[in-house]
Amino acid sequence: MSCKRKETAMVVSQECLLPGIYSMWLETKEIAGLAVPGQFISMYTKDGSKLLPRPISLCEIEKETNRLRVVYRVTGENTGTKQFSEMKAGDTIEILGPLGNGFPLEAGRGKKAFLIGGGIGVPPMLELAKQLDAQKQLVMGYRDEQFLTDEFTKNGTLYVATEDGSAGTKGNVMDAIRENALGAEIIYACGPSPMLRAIKQYAEENNIVCYVSMEERMACGIGACLACVCQSKEVDGHSHVHNKRVCKDGPVFLSTEVEI
Amino acid sequence: MEMRQAADEKQTIDTRVCIAGVELKNPVMTASGTFGSGQEYSEFVDLKRLGAVVTKGVANVPWAGNPTPRIAETYGGMMNAIGLQNPGIDVFCERDIPYLQQFDTKIIVNVCGHAPEEYLAVVERLADEPIDMMEINISCPNVNAGFLAFGQDAKNVEKLTAQIKKIAKQPVIMKLTPNVTDITEIARAAEAGGADALSLINTLTGMKIDVERQTFALANKTGGVSGPAVKPIAVRMVYQVANAVSVPIIGMGGIATAADALEFILAGATAVSVGTANFYNPTATIEVAEGIEDYMRRHNVKRVTELIGAVR
Ligand SMILES: Cc1cc2nc3c(=O)[nH]c(=O)nc-3n(C[C@H](O)[C@H](O)[C@H](O)COP(=O)(O)OP(=O)(O)OC[C@H]3O[C@@H](n4cnc5c(N)ncnc54)[C@H](O)[C@@H]3O)c2cc1C
Ligand SMILES: Cc1cc2nc3c(=O)[nH]c(=O)nc-3n(C[C@H](O)[C@H](O)[C@H](O)COP(=O)(O)O)c2cc1C
Ligand code: FES
Repeated sequence: MSCKRKETAMVVSQECLLPGIYSMWLETKEIAGLAVPGQFISMYTKDGSKLLPRPISLCEIEKETNRLRVVYRVTGENTGTKQFSEMKAGDTIEILGPLGNGFPLEAGRGKKAFLIGGGIGVPPMLELAKQLDAQKQLVMGYRDEQFLTDEFTKNGTLYVATEDGSAGTKGNVMDAIRENALGAEIIYACGPSPMLRAIKQYAEENNIVCYVSMEERMACGIGACLACVCQSKEVDGHSHVHNKRVCKDGPVFLSTEVEI
Repeated sequence: MEMRQAADEKQTIDTRVCIAGVELKNPVMTASGTFGSGQEYSEFVDLKRLGAVVTKGVANVPWAGNPTPRIAETYGGMMNAIGLQNPGIDVFCERDIPYLQQFDTKIIVNVCGHAPEEYLAVVERLADEPIDMMEINISCPNVNAGFLAFGQDAKNVEKLTAQIKKIAKQPVIMKLTPNVTDITEIARAAEAGGADALSLINTLTGMKIDVERQTFALANKTGGVSGPAVKPIAVRMVYQVANAVSVPIIGMGGIATAADALEFILAGATAVSVGTANFYNPTATIEVAEGIEDYMRRHNVKRVTELIGAVR
């Protein structure tokens, strides 16, 4: 079961996609080769005052070159993500991964699927769209400007929702689904909690199997510290209470399994 | 336990230390709550290279712990209010102890409770288990229950220690909280109650406020601060306690490197625990153990025990 690594990865390229949103390609030794869609890596700063990992989802996985792409938002001045955004090709970064379970690909094979991303939950949907063998309807919600849309259109039918109505449906991802009268047999989703809550409700009302990718603050990233729990319906395997670990039991859960 | 004489070749170094009759192959162990029961970290660390594995606190019944967010980053450290989530002693004995038994290392079980009866129930349940020692957490500042008082009140510490010692079949380590006016008073009370060893420090109670959201960073409002930022306080406390009691001390608080660990040993600790550092360097424990060996070679130290309390 030994498949996680702590590595010094090299930055291959860094690009600013939109103000505050960056895309970074990393060259790993083994992590890319082991990774699956929906997994994440812990990224560490070189700043001794910021010791905890920044968990970031894998946006693309290129096994042949052992490269990974992460797309991330800089959350403010003086943050770890700000430091990542200042890194250049050739710089090195400590990463731990691949972490978490990832999206179940088999469950969606041949089905009519929704891949729903909202905000900074959009990036992990790209590698899923590339690897999932299904009838893919990609529903992506943005505040205003969009990113990764070119890549998405190559891997499925893209429906966009923007809060300000500047592109696609005005509103959120659920509005885009309604406006385009879309339907699906399986849902994969990643995004902010209000979005996931709405999708969970929609899936349960319509009896659709739905996988959501959850977020929580992390310290170890590997299931040891119990920092990152979410409330689960079933008792968890670790403490036999109702607390699944997002970093290890997740981040991807069946929507019926977790409280959002 | 009798220590074998190290061979007198020049390069041979002896990293063994002895705590309450239990011989550890080296002085490096894990800090409770940061390493689970070893399983998750076994992907990174060869557990048999550790002096001991100290497990996450376990209570008489499962505890669900606190709501999230349970952790926050602080300058040079972190703050946690996990709330001692644990599966309870029955699952722990069936699952975690047999897991750790596979490895040639010592097993130290950390015990928590809200009331004396709860501690005693766990201690009693551990009597026939193949563990080497138990560490009693009377200091976790995370759970707002009456048991908080134990670690902060000398009389209670002495009484609880004595009650535990009366029924414990394995050596008892009392783990002290730094959130007191005079830690030597508490240390003396634990020693008077019969503690076989002391470990310190647990986390320092702190608070962080998210100014943008105008809320507490932790759902629990307060949490325990740990990591490199607390190390000077921990070293000072270990030094003070080492001068106040004669039982062995396990030092911890911000240890990330061999040099950090050696500070604690030179201040009077017989062994050390690595905690928060595991989170950003999963092989920190091994690096500390190897670094101590390097230091011993460089300084021509034959036995690590020569370093204990060497700075007065
Ligand atoms: C499984 C998972 C996948 C993620 N994938 C992405 C992604 O692909 N792209 C992206 O932009 N963001 C992603 N995030 C959110 C990202 O982890 C946070 O935005 C980031 O950690 C913030 O760090 P900072 O240095 O900007 O902020 P700081 O304020 O400096 O962070 C302080 C501490 O809080 C933690 N923290 C702050 N916000 C969050 C948050 N929302 N979730 C978890 N920890 C947080 C940080 O990790 C750090 O330990 C993901 C989160 C999780 C849990
Ligand atoms: C996430 C976390 C969980 C902890 N859980 C426990 C615990 O269950 N029992 C205990 O006695 N101490 C617990 N501690 C305290 C540590 O064992 C240690 O005393 C403290 O963190 C100082 O060491 P460090 O700075 O190396 O982490 C915990 C600390 C952290 C960071
Ligand atoms: S981050 Fe430690 S258990 Fe998930």
